[in-house]
Amino acid sequence: MSLLEVRGLTTGFMTGSGEITAIEDVSFSLNAGEILGIVGESGSGKSVTALSIMGLLPSPPARLISGEVIFEGQTLTNMSDRQMQTIRGPGISMIFQEPMTSLNPVFSIGEQIMETIRAHERLSPAKLRERAIEMLDKVGIPSAARRMDDYPHQMSGGQRQRVMIAMALACRPRLLIADEPTTALDVTIQAQILDLLMDLRDEFGMAIIIITHNMGVIAETADRVLVMYAGRVIEEAPVATVFDRPLHPYTRGLLECVPSLTEDRARLVAIPGTLPEPTRRPPGCRFSVRCSHAIPACSAALPPLELLEPDHSAACIRALDLAPIRTADLAP
Amino acid sequence: MTEPLVEVAALSKHFPLGGKNFFGRRHGAVLRAVDEVSLRIMPGETLGLVGESGCGKSTLGRLLLRLIEPTDGNLIFNGAEITRLKGAALREVRRSMQIVFQDPYGALNPRMAVEDIIAEPLIIHGARQGPGTRKQVASMLDRVGLPARALDRFPHEFSGGQRQRIGIARALILSPRFVVCDEAVSALDVSVQAQIVNLLQDLQREMGLTYLFIAHDLSVVRHISDRVAVMYLGKVVEVAQKHAIYAAPLHPYTQALIAAVPASHPADRSRGKRVRIAGDIPSAFNPPSGCRFHTRCPYVMPVCREVVPPLVEPVPGHHVACHLIDASPAGAPT
Repeated sequence: MSLLEVRGLTTGFMTGSGEITAIEDVSFSLNAGEILGIVGESGSGKSVTALSIMGLLPSPPARLISGEVIFEGQTLTNMSDRQMQTIRGPGISMIFQEPMTSLNPVFSIGEQIMETIRAHERLSPAKLRERAIEMLDKVGIPSAARRMDDYPHQMSGGQRQRVMIAMALACRPRLLIADEPTTALDVTIQAQILDLLMDLRDEFGMAIIIITHNMGVIAETADRVLVMYAGRVIEEAPVATVFDRPLHPYTRGLLECVPSLTEDRARLVAIPGTLPEPTRRPPGCRFSVRCSHAIPACSAALPPLELLEPDHSAACIRALDLAPIRTADLAP
Repeated sequence: MTEPLVEVAALSKHFPLGGKNFFGRRHGAVLRAVDEVSLRIMPGETLGLVGESGCGKSTLGRLLLRLIEPTDGNLIFNGAEITRLKGAALREVRRSMQIVFQDPYGALNPRMAVEDIIAEPLIIHGARQGPGTRKQVASMLDRVGLPARALDRFPHEFSGGQRQRIGIARALILSPRFVVCDEAVSALDVSVQAQIVNLLQDLQREMGLTYLFIAHDLSVVRHISDRVAVMYLGKVVEVAQKHAIYAAPLHPYTQALIAAVPASHPADRSRGKRVRIAGDIPSAFNPPSGCRFHTRCPYVMPVCREVVPPLVEPVPGHHVACHLIDASPAGAPT
């Protein structure tokens, strides 16, 4: 049984011009200890997916239209808020992009970590402090015991993100959702935090969903990848497959439009246009208006996410026409 | 030999911190945002400027445009000393130097129509509002890839990439020679980022522009630049042709920076394979003595804590400030 099962998740938001769907029919499963990367540009629905799993979207305006989230055999999507509280923390924890606004400026970091543990476990004050120090130490804060009484403003951006991770890990979650955990950080600090997340996965065996717009972060961390565009999953495969044999033209575009650190390119291969607003999505395939391979059939109907090759799905009616022939297929 | 378009010599910007004492004198420390930086930018060239947050790269960009006043040092533009120019003379120089900002949402006045935003520099420099100006603005819009119907619209009606095109049109309407792009593509989604990078390169070719391209994304900087300068805590630690600096970085900080860039393929994962530098960037408020990188450097020696390494040229065209490097060609750390 998989740790997390997401089936047909569709979340809507009420706006001035009616209800719009931020994500549609998002399905995937995740095993214990696995790292799933969700990649997409802003507005693709990757954060809404995470918040929908956590049940953290304010309702109204948000509303779960259909679908279910099953975590360790329990259906989260029909749980009460009170029941969800027992899942958040020891079951699923989440870290956010902006470590400055996610920490309370008027409490010491030690107090904030201990508060998290206290909400879920009964420990003596001494044990509580011990556990908080242990967590800070685990995430690589030097002289952790001394830094317990520091306030968020006394720490750098990288250290604050480490504190956020310590808080998220304090209840030993089985699943950690990291939403753009390194986007606000410098590249040397990003490398440290990504290393840390993977070390913690190895040590505790927890599963991680890492949400990012950066294909490099995916390449560094993910086991499996989900590519999202305009609220829908458009490709899913193991990480090496996505990089070696992307089937959706959008995924190919995402990989081609970033410059290389080692090779010269005269000109970048840009994807024309921008991601459509949720109210102005084109008919049929949402990428069709930006796709250089679009044919009339593309705008006729929404292409379903289909298993096109072993362990590799994509939502593109031309995917197999356009993909290079696999060398395996050429063998007699 | 061609003269550099922009040349700075021992340029510094120190921000005083803390209040004034009873006699009105400043007390307390100073923040050395830019400390004795010397650089040259040749006409038509793109110099990439990289470094992590707080290294002083944006402050340096603003100093070059005289948007902030240097504490010390000299600034030469197009052969003329402009360090202490004032009033009309400064305004005249500023026609030739412009800036494109990072945040396409914050850099445009939400109450102004696109036409007025782009025409404003022309008006400031003496043009009159009228059909002539409107035509000029429309032709600039076309050059940056926006339709003429955008003229009467307002910034909120555009996407991030389109707003950045408006910001570029505003910067280029006066036909400047030198443009500082301060994280101009950093806030954009990757698919749009590629469009803007291509646009900046096309415009450079068409208009003969010289760029200072400030960014923290090393891949984008490599793509767009001819030469690259690396800053750390207010100091330039290495400058070289892009191929030299990316293929064989000499300064341990540059090496660490390049090693920290995420892999472009899962087969090249860096975890456990590449040297990581530990710790955070120290505060520029109280920077380390000697070489400012010595607190994080894997090759630190006693001399690094004492003496500030000078910028030397061990290989022609490749400048580096590190005690491991002899001024004579040889002995790069590996």
